[in-house]
Amino acid sequence: MPEFDALSTAMMIVGVIAFVMGTVAYLILAERKVAAWVQDRIGPNRVGPWGLLQPIADGGKMFLKEDVIPSHVDRIFFVLAPIVSFSTALLAIAVVPVGPSTPPPAPQSTFAEYEAVQTAYAQSLTFAIQPGLDIGLLYLFAVSSLAVYGVILAGWSANNKYSLLGSLRSSAQIISYEIPLGMAIGGVLIYAGSLNLEQITAWQRNHGWFVFFQPLAFLLFLTAVFAETNRLPFDLPEAEQELVGGYHTEYSSSMKLGLMLLAEYAHMITTSFLLAIIFWGGWSCFGLESVAGETGLPAILLRFAILGIKVFAFVFLFLLVRWTIPRFRFDQLMSLAWKVMIPLALLHFLVVVVVRYLELPMYALSALSVLLFLGAGCVGLVASNGNQMPRRSPQAARLGAKSLSLMPQ
Amino acid sequence: MPLSNQDILWIEEPKLGLLEQLYIPAIADGLSTTLGHIFKKKVTEQYPEQEPKLPANYRGVHRLNRDEAGRVKCVACYMCATACPAHCIDIVAAPAPPEWKDREKYPETFVIDELRCIYCGMCEEACPVDAIELTTLYDLTGLNREEMIFDKEKLLSVFDMTTRMGTDPVRTQAGRLGPASETPPTANLPS
Repeated sequence: MPEFDALSTAMMIVGVIAFVMGTVAYLILAERKVAAWVQDRIGPNRVGPWGLLQPIADGGKMFLKEDVIPSHVDRIFFVLAPIVSFSTALLAIAVVPVGPSTPPPAPQSTFAEYEAVQTAYAQSLTFAIQPGLDIGLLYLFAVSSLAVYGVILAGWSANNKYSLLGSLRSSAQIISYEIPLGMAIGGVLIYAGSLNLEQITAWQRNHGWFVFFQPLAFLLFLTAVFAETNRLPFDLPEAEQELVGGYHTEYSSSMKLGLMLLAEYAHMITTSFLLAIIFWGGWSCFGLESVAGETGLPAILLRFAILGIKVFAFVFLFLLVRWTIPRFRFDQLMSLAWKVMIPLALLHFLVVVVVRYLELPMYALSALSVLLFLGAGCVGLVASNGNQMPRRSPQAARLGAKSLSLMPQ
Repeated sequence: MPLSNQDILWIEEPKLGLLEQLYIPAIADGLSTTLGHIFKKKVTEQYPEQEPKLPANYRGVHRLNRDEAGRVKCVACYMCATACPAHCIDIVAAPAPPEWKDREKYPETFVIDELRCIYCGMCEEACPVDAIELTTLYDLTGLNREEMIFDKEKLLSVFDMTTRMGTDPVRTQAGRLGPASETPPTANLPS
């Protein structure tokens, strides 16, 4: 079996981590800028042109500030929590192909053929820290679900009821939303036949993007991802207005808080990559990726650009949704996960399995997926009788009016 | 007044249809709103470079007006000092010089403690001769407390400066009665 070059792997690690860290730093600026634009403001513009040096200044501030550990906290877990958050966020990106990728070859019947395809594969380019990992997505979900430990440790060690509330909410939320997250992927895996992200990209390049075949799965995955990354409208663990910052209340604005925030933004980048790769075809774009040939620098750059545009579109969506949808109430959050998303994800998975078993054409799957979504809407319509909000009955309202009119004039 | 039935408008909440139950159209609608705001004109005023346009009746730093002859208009009647709820005006009156035929007194000193002042504008309302006014100067700063105690010369220099800059307040314009000033009380007296 061919060996992978340690030096190129090291370069890839440095490159990807530097890219992620740089993007994360500028994502914070982008978040502030988008927030300002949505609110008709200009946003940070004092540090450098258009505020472009703001992340550097912020980073410098984080490093230079005094690192206060409150006397009432559990010191070990208090220090451990940011490390856990940050390292799991970085570990998760290890299997994500950040650029053009080559799927690992299938098993061969003879050893010579095996050797040949493996040698060809070892010479092909895959821009991932760990290319060709067959349990790719499984590893990714395993590592990113560890991130909840960072949140829980932070909340528990802070010895503060708001932090604890935030972290408890967070654990319930992340555990609930991991179920539809995993189930939404199920349909994709059945068709792609692999957990490997390069393989999933390659399948979509040959057959078309999964978002067209399984739009409902994409929708469920997108929603669950918002919950997993603690972004609005599911940012209950932090909920500045209710929990004064939630689990990171007790962290002074030092590098520990910085790590926590960086971890969150790193999750955003990872999940944006996942959305682009699993459902939007990764670096493929209806043949556009082959305009500059299959190999060589122009092709690589073009594919990087295609994937980059998709990823940044999702990042922008993350930022925009924050200022569009208000936060869910906790019971709404839970009922959305357990009463809507999990049954829908299960049904969708069932539909995919049936379509695959009967070998129906792909457009049937698209139609069934949309129909399932519409059906869910109809069920919601019937079940809620047109309105879900608790309210006074019209009779009670009129009675109230009568009693008002009886009041002495 | 108690509420009567006519004052109350009972509104039925709109029923959620299929599209609303699907959430997607509503979310798309919201996203288009936020996206639209991104391209709207920004309301930010970039302060140090871009000064705000204040209304002429803004209540900022005081000034003491001069009359046409360049003398202080104040007649040291103590009306402003009496009206002042913060007691920040300190006047020492003196007999007017004999060549000033129109008044008996003039302020020998006229000191306003800008730190005590609450910028309520009572002084300019109380003044019978429109001698004291609040200007649109808002960026009043000082390095110590003494700097913030404005004497007569400083208050007159505020008048000179605002007149030069053309940022006269509503009540008077460079010593003359302005469009917002009330007519002198003698005109309205029942004859």
